[in-house]
Parts: sequence; C-alpha cells; structure tokens
Amino acid sequence: MTTKLMGQGVQRVEDQRFLRGLGRYVDDVAVEQQVLHAAVLRSPHAHARILDIDVADVLDVEGVHAVYTYDDLTGPMAEPLPLLIPHPALTHGRTQYALAKDEVNYVGEAIAFVVAEDRYVAEDAVARIRVDYEFLPPVVGIAAARAAERLVHDDVPGNVGARLEQEVGDAKAAIARAPHTLSLDLTVERSACMPMEGRGTVARWDPDLHRLQVWTSTQSSTGVRAAVAVKMGLGLGQVDVVTPDVGGGFGVKINHPWPEELLVPMAARALGRTVKFTEDRREHFISSAHERGQVHHIEVGFDDDGRLLGLDVEFWHDHGAFTPYGLIVPIITSTQLLGPYKPQNYRVVFESLYTNTVMVTPYRGAGRPQGCYAMERTMDAIAAYLGKDRTEVRAVNFIQPDEFPYDQGLIFQDGRELEYDSGDYPASLEKIKALVGWDEFPAFQAEMAAQGRRVGIGLACYVEGTGVGPYEGAHVHIETSGKVKVATGLTTQGQGHATVFAQLVADELGCPFEDVEVVTGDTRRMPYAVGTFASRAAVMSGSAIHLAAKRAKEKVLKIAAEALEADEKDLQIVDGVVSVKGSPGTSIDLGTVSVLSNPLRYAFDEASKAATQFSVGDPGKPPVPEDEEPGLEGKDFYSPERATFASGMHAVIVETDPDTAEITILKYAVVHDCGKLINPMIVEGQIHGGVAQGVGGALYERMAYDESGQLLNASFMDFLMPYVTEVPDGIDVDHLETASPLNPLGIKGAGEAGVIPSAAVFAAAIEDAEGIPITAMPISPSELFTLRQEHSS
Amino acid sequence: MKPAPFDYRRPGSIAEAVQILAGEPNAKVLAGGQSLVPLLSMRLAAPAMLVDINAIPGLDAIEVEDGGVRIGALARHAAVLASPDVRRVQPLVPMALAHVAHATIRNRGTTVGSLIHADAAAEMPVVLSLLGGSVDVDGPSGRRTIPASELYVGPLESSLHHDEIAVSAFFPALAPGAGVAFQELARRHGDYALVGAAALVEGESVEVGYLSVSDVPTVVDLSGVDDADLGEAALAQLEPADDIHATAAYRAQLVRVLTGKVVRSAREWADQHAEGAR
Ligand SMILES: Cc1cc2nc3c(=O)[nH]c(=O)nc-3n(C[C@H](O)[C@H](O)[C@H](O)COP(=O)(O)OP(=O)(O)OC[C@H]3O[C@@H](n4cnc5c(N)ncnc54)[C@H](O)[C@@H]3O)c2cc1C
Repeated sequence: MTTKLMGQGVQRVEDQRFLRGLGRYVDDVAVEQQVLHAAVLRSPHAHARILDIDVADVLDVEGVHAVYTYDDLTGPMAEPLPLLIPHPALTHGRTQYALAKDEVNYVGEAIAFVVAEDRYVAEDAVARIRVDYEFLPPVVGIAAARAAERLVHDDVPGNVGARLEQEVGDAKAAIARAPHTLSLDLTVERSACMPMEGRGTVARWDPDLHRLQVWTSTQSSTGVRAAVAVKMGLGLGQVDVVTPDVGGGFGVKINHPWPEELLVPMAARALGRTVKFTEDRREHFISSAHERGQVHHIEVGFDDDGRLLGLDVEFWHDHGAFTPYGLIVPIITSTQLLGPYKPQNYRVVFESLYTNTVMVTPYRGAGRPQGCYAMERTMDAIAAYLGKDRTEVRAVNFIQPDEFPYDQGLIFQDGRELEYDSGDYPASLEKIKALVGWDEFPAFQAEMAAQGRRVGIGLACYVEGTGVGPYEGAHVHIETSGKVKVATGLTTQGQGHATVFAQLVADELGCPFEDVEVVTGDTRRMPYAVGTFASRAAVMSGSAIHLAAKRAKEKVLKIAAEALEADEKDLQIVDGVVSVKGSPGTSIDLGTVSVLSNPLRYAFDEASKAATQFSVGDPGKPPVPEDEEPGLEGKDFYSPERATFASGMHAVIVETDPDTAEITILKYAVVHDCGKLINPMIVEGQIHGGVAQGVGGALYERMAYDESGQLLNASFMDFLMPYVTEVPDGIDVDHLETASPLNPLGIKGAGEAGVIPSAAVFAAAIEDAEGIPITAMPISPSELFTLRQEHSS
Repeated sequence: MKPAPFDYRRPGSIAEAVQILAGEPNAKVLAGGQSLVPLLSMRLAAPAMLVDINAIPGLDAIEVEDGGVRIGALARHAAVLASPDVRRVQPLVPMALAHVAHATIRNRGTTVGSLIHADAAAEMPVVLSLLGGSVDVDGPSGRRTIPASELYVGPLESSLHHDEIAVSAFFPALAPGAGVAFQELARRHGDYALVGAAALVEGESVEVGYLSVSDVPTVVDLSGVDDADLGEAALAQLEPADDIHATAAYRAQLVRVLTGKVVRSAREWADQHAEGAR
C-alpha cells in the first residue's frame, strides 16, 4: 500500500517557485504588453465636502489616456459599493462610492482615477488635479465617536452604525448575587494586515468575444466576479476572474470589490486597452483596511473558586468611515470572547461606531484577539483577586470533554448557533503548562529577581470557530495522461493549498502525489465558491476535494472493473494503477481508465484508439451509460451545518529592562488543536506566522492617527512591523488532535490561531514582571516607562 | 510612489559635476540613493535634476592619513565597516556603522552621503561631530574644508552650498590611551535610534555625542562630572522631544541610561587597549 499522506509533513510544492522568484503575482500579469497604468487621487483630508474638481490640467499631460471622477460613473457604478454582509442590527450601514461623491470621509478615500502610459505619468497627472474642499470637523478615535459632538455622516445619529446585544441567562442579576465582583476597562489599538503584496487588479476587455478578463489579488475571485458583472451591467458568463499568486492577504483582500477592482475593468472596456492598478505601500496604509481598535468594559461575578457566575461585557468597536463588511468583526469578538469557558450568565452588547478613518474589515483573528484579551485578562484579574494560580481559575471554568457538543446559546458570525463541536481543554492546559514550564516559573522568577532582573509569565486560551459556510466545491479530473487536475474556487495567499489538497487527492485516489495539480481562485475552472477567510480553506475546500476525489474514484473503479472483468470490491489503486488485489498482473493505469471513460468516434493518438467505436463498448448498450457523463471526473460540494471549533493555548515568558523598559521575549509556547492534521509542517508554519503577527500587534504596531485624522506613520519606516530579529527565535509548538465530527476528515481550521492570544499573553506576562496592571495594548517601552512613573507616583 | 520627472546626468569628473550643479540651481547630488530615492518616490523632494556621482573615478577611496582616516564620497557604509584601516585608526567609526540600517542598505549607502544628509537620527554625523572631523568639498570656487562644528545647521540641513560636492570626510585618529564607545536603542534591529550615544574619553576629558535628541547632532562636554551625575549633567544641556515612538521623558531616561553606559565602556575600551599595548 502507498503510505497515507494525511498527517505527513510533505514539502510544499509551491516553494521551488516562490523561492526562485518564479511566483506570478498580479503585477507580473501582462508585463510584455502595452498595458496602461492607473493611479488614484486620494483625499488628503479626513472629512471635507468636495466643492469642485478641476481636471483641466490633467488632459494636457502627455501620455494620459483618461481621468474619471464621480461624475463619469453611470448606472450601478454610480451607486454606493455593496454592503457585503447586511445584518438587522446594522441599522445605519454606509458604504463609499467607487469615487467620492460630494464628500470625503477619510484620508485616502478615492476621488479621481487616472489612466496613463505608465504609473509615473499617472502620478504626475494626479498631482495636477485641483479639488476645492470645504473642511468638516473630523471624528477620530472611539472617545470622539462616542461623544458624538461631531458626526461622520450627517444622517447617522451618535455615529452609531449598529448596536447589538445578546444575552444568555441573566448576567446582571447573577453578578449582583455573586460573592465577588470585579470590573475592568481594556483597550486595543488599531493595526492592519500589511501583506507584502498590496492590492492590485488588471483587466482586459476582449471586443471579439465580448468578455472581460480580470486578474485581481483577492481572497474571493467569485465575489469580485459577481460584483464586477453587476456593476458593469455584464452577464456573469462574460466575466472571468483569475487570482494568480497572492503575496499575502490576512483578511484585507476578502473585502471586495475595492474601488479599483471596478474602475480598472471599467477603464479597460472604455479604452479598449489592458489596464493595471498596483497599490503602493502608502496607499495600502490609507486606503485599504485596518482592524482591532476596540474599548471594552467588563463586569464579572464569581465564587470563591473563581468560577464565573455572571459576565457582562460592553464594548465599542471603531469601524472607520464605512461598513462594507457589516458587523462580522464585533460579532466575532462578542461571541468568541467566551473561549473555552462556561460563563453561566452572559450578556454582551456592542456599539459599532463611525470615525473619519480608514474602514475596518477582518484582519487575521478578526475580532478574536480583542475578545481573547478581554476574557483572559478577566481570568487573570480573578486569579489575582483570589490569590489563586491563574491556571486553576481557568480550569474550573472549562467546558469538559464530555460536554460536547456544547451550545453557548449565542448566534455566531455565520448566523448559526455558537455550538462547539469538540475539544479537550484540560488536556491542552496540561500540555501548555509542561511546555512553558509553568510550575517551575516561580522559582526562576525569584532567582532572576535576586539578580535584579524582572521576568514574567503569561498564559491565554482561545477557541476559534473555523471553517464557516456556506460551502466550497471541487472538481477532480483524471486526464488521459493519468495526471490529476484539481480545481477549487477559493483563492490561495501562500498557505500551501497546492500541497495539502494534493495530499488529500493522492490519498483518496491512490495516485502519485506528484501527478496532482491544484488550481485555486480561477472562476473559469470553478465558478461556485466563497473565498479564503475564517480559517476555512482546509475544512471547506479540503472536504469538498476529498468528496470529489471519492466520486472520481468510484467512477475509476466502475470502468476498471468492466475493463478488467473483475468485481469492483476486489480492486485497489496503488501508484496510479488499478489492479486486482492478489493478482497484480491484472491491472490498468488511471490514464487508460480515463481514455475508456470517454467513448470516441475519432482517434487522435495511439492511446485514444482504445476508446473508438470499433474497439470498445457493448454494441447493445449506449456508449455512455444512463446517469453517467463522459470523462473521468468527480465533482462535489461540502456545506456543513455549522462551523467547527479549533482551540489552543499560548504562554510567554518575557523580561523587562528595569532601566530602559525594553521588553524581551525569553520563551514562547503554543499548544494547538485543529483536529486532524493534514500537514503538521504547514500548520506549524501558520502558527509561526501568526505568532510573528501577534508579536507585532502586541509590542510594535499601531495606527498613529492625529486629531485631524492624518495617519502619521503610513510607511514601514514608522509603522513598526517586526523584523525577523524581533520575533522569538524558537516557538515551542505541541499539538492535540481532537477530531471534528462535522467533516469527513475530522479537521478544523488553523490559519488564524497563531495571532489570537498575543495581546492577552503579553499583557499578562508584562503585568507579572512589573506588578503594574496592563490594560492597553499594544505597549511600547516608552509606554511601559510612563506606566512605571505613574505607578510609582 | 513614483518620482516626479527629473533630468539625470552622470558626469565623469568632479569638475564636470560642479559645472552641471552650478548651471542648475534645483539639482541634487545622487550618491547611494538610500535616503534621496525614497524622498523622491514619496514626492517629498522633486529636484529638477539628479547629478549622479557614481561614475566619477577614485571617489571610493579609504585612506589612512596623518592623524586620521579619509573616506571618499563613494565609499559605501559596508566598505568602511569592513576596512581594517578604519577600525585600527578610529574604532568608533565601525562601532557606530554597525548600527546604520541593514546590510543591503549599507551595501549602497555612502558614509559621506549620510554625513551630508544631516539626519539628526543618523549615527555618522554624531561620530564626526564628536571626533571633531571634517568634510572636504569641491565647488566653483575650489576646494574647502568644513569642520564638523560648522557642518550641521538644522534638521536635514548641512552648510554645503548647492553647487558643492563633498569629496571626502576626515575622521581623526583615536589618540593613544583614549577610549570610545557607541550604544543606541532602537525599536527594531537596524532602525533609526530612539536615542543613541557615542563617547570619547581621553585622560580627564569626557565628551558624549547624541543622536535623536535634537534637530542636529549634539555633543556635550562632561569632563569633570561625577560618574553618578553624568546622565543628569547631559540632560541639562539637551532637550529631547516627543514623537510617535517615544515621549520626551522616555528619551530623557534613555539619555540617563546610555550616558553612563557609554562613558563606562569607553573607559573600559581605553583600559583594555592600554593593557593590550603593554
Ligand atoms: C530602510 C533604511 C534604513 C536606514 N537606517 C539608517 C540608520 O539606522 N542610520 C543611518 O544613519 N542611516 C540610515 N539609513 C540611511 C542610509 O544610511 C543612507 O545611505 C545615507 O543616509 C545616505 O547615503 P547615500 O549615499 O545613500 O545618499 P543619497 O541618498 O544618495 O543622498 C542623500 C543626500 O545627501 C546628498 N549627497 C549625497 N552624497 C553627496 C555628496 N558627495 N556631495 C553632496 N551631497 C551629497 C544628496 O544630494 C541627498 O540630498 C537608512 C536608509 C534606509 C532606506
């Protein structure tokens, strides 16, 4: 038997290409052609009325082909961009126009779109557009939004886009009755995804076929396709969207259509030329999306053991100037905050607020880092209050392994019940304690203190709903060469899909791993798909691919059984050859089975002769049996009832410098349970990347807006994304594999987990080292120094 | 992020370069491009012309002279950092250069370019100021030497005339028995420092140069100050400011911490090398 590839650390097939610089990204598309390049005039003001736009000087610039403003948009293009995920609580949802109409609401909002011979000329032209503004007072930050002395949108009272409350039991009454209570106020600032490749779109209109070809760096090619077709008044069948290699997404590319994803196709069609837009770094800072900014107020009641009796959480979410992605982020915070715990009585209410800043859409973790931070800091506070070990307080609140499925009684981000499918939190806790050396830490801390050094330890737990619906599909095609071509519609941003999906197909079909080729994100190959977000690709497309391969295999066995005059049950497929068990001589390879699957009238090569009408088939039956199709293909979809819930725990040991307040990571440990592992190496890579981003979010990155709404650090010089030198050298990882009962492979998502507990663990560890409450994240040495001074005075 | 249009010249001699500069008041010299090109790309600078000096022969020399080491205008940070001559004659130069940016940038960026760019957060202007070095410049009226004390006039502003080219910088040698040290604190490895300090101790004389605490490189004379009071004495002459990365109070704390440390390690350096010589 061929060894199973599921569970093996198979080397990534993508890496040869990526490491040798042979990746092909949107900006590499159509380089050899006479492509026109676009640049965007963006608002320099956070809030202003547009009185007049004068483009007269632009048309004189040699090499300029077109300039568009709002007045040039017609039909659906002139309407606001879609509100992708409506919600009844989003009573005041607003989206921007592809090009600003009358008013701008954040620095960076698109106002005009110039198409020119090259990007240099396009930027020269942009610099010549003159706009008359009437300044309006900007609203920056959650405090200003709540105060509502000024409004972002005139017709949104109080700057409140939505208010949503959920309650299980009676939290307030339970807290009132509880023997102990605490309240906490916790803040998280904004950060952003910052993929190395920003957004980018290329479009070409084919006047002969009346088709539009779009390449875009997205996390949902089918979503972009539908939006482009609607906005441009084209039939869906006239629009093809291909997502080539993507240099990182992390969430920002799931929002769509971005203005440029519509403007580029519009210009390509109008001008009859291929048009390209490649976002630059400054644009990414001021015109893509941010996340994380939230303020939380927590009231909690508990007993002598630290058991939660009631939890009441109120929080304010800064969603920026517009709400294209609905309430997904705050809904996730409000539900996933509960983590592995049973709060007994829980009430959560949030307000999603407008500010004159870049809009907020999900960033890896998507509201969970904030929720985890709120819950885990509460656990730490309870432990400190009771003088108990922080892990004991957590343990008494865990949902136990025999309590699954466990219904938290809330509605999750997909509109379905928040029902955990499986997990083993006590086992995770034992593992993380051993991995980080929890029980030995107090002795180490005392030993360091004797040397005048300060060290602290933090621990945080999370549960992550992964693999949300509605569905994904897959198509598996065994070609006459024996090669297996697999297509799934969601996109890939470097996760290694081509490797893990090929592992699943090779296992199911019994073909060599090397013979499987996976295509993602091409609407020509799989027009029905949702996208890559919410740690869902392995669960959703992985399951769909597994099912589609199964169907293909059924067909292989049927045809082979006939050809070999054997019973299907006696057949096996090993290394791409179907044979009768026990008599290896009686065999047929997958390529030949594929030839036989497609009855031919015309032969075109030696192999195909075998399938022609005088060579094959029972003359008494139709060449293609009833209920069958020609070709050796399998297609299937996977659509689960609800999400599957991965979980894990992180722990960190930090040292803080008594003089300079520098924060050094001494040890970082992760225990991770994403169900059955397809490829442990890839899962560990996801964890490493997530932890690196988490270190950035906790200790380095923030969006430094000033009061007028200018982003002061819109470059990699001042936005401190960590270098490899700032990320821990080694991250200790241990896995638990609690299978999901919801899908055929028993898997759960793994993409986001690494980033979720970072704010929580670092705050806890720094607090432990310093003996000062840490309530605002991220934290810099300068801020820690300020806290020390405040604390000592 | 594409520069505004500019003319481009690549003269083969200093004389030709000076002539071109004299004819175009809005021209800029291009050396390693590691500071200038980002400014152009972000359209924070839009000179009418770039005068690329990279084709001028002989400008990349690193030569030991009487009393110091001379570094040519095209000597890259990486070459200066690797030079055993520089290390022997003035060890403070490589100590500080190790903190300048990252390897790829040091491969292109020039040390003289950094001196002329006059960023108060840069390492080399402080080193030149502390050591009392100088820069030789060529212009329409011939060659002149600008001492470091007259080179820095404001933020990102040197006293070079627009039609002058810096041809070399001179870093005085470390006197026998003297000691030097450099330390800085940056948010990330290779970033511009939040605060940096370079010390030169020579007998009773103690001087410390600071980066990122004012608009220009600043040198403070701390001779005769008690070790315990070094930081406060330095702060009395400095006015650190707030920015998005650090408060003024935090910068002051770093001045306190770093001053004591660099002075101590400069003394240690002197002691170790004195012993080594024996
Ligand atoms: C990511 C990054 C990080 C960096 N980090 C640091 C750091 O930590 N510390 C640090 O000190 N620097 C840092 N730098 C800047 C780097 O050191 C530059 O190389 C240096 O400041 C300028 O040298 P250059 O040769 O590249 O000059 P250019 O960029 O070519 O020119 C800079 C300026 O000096 C003028 N100029 C240059 N040479 C001459 C000359 N011979 N005559 C007259 N005028 C001249 C130019 O006209 C221009 O105005 C960093 C740069 C980058 C991109």
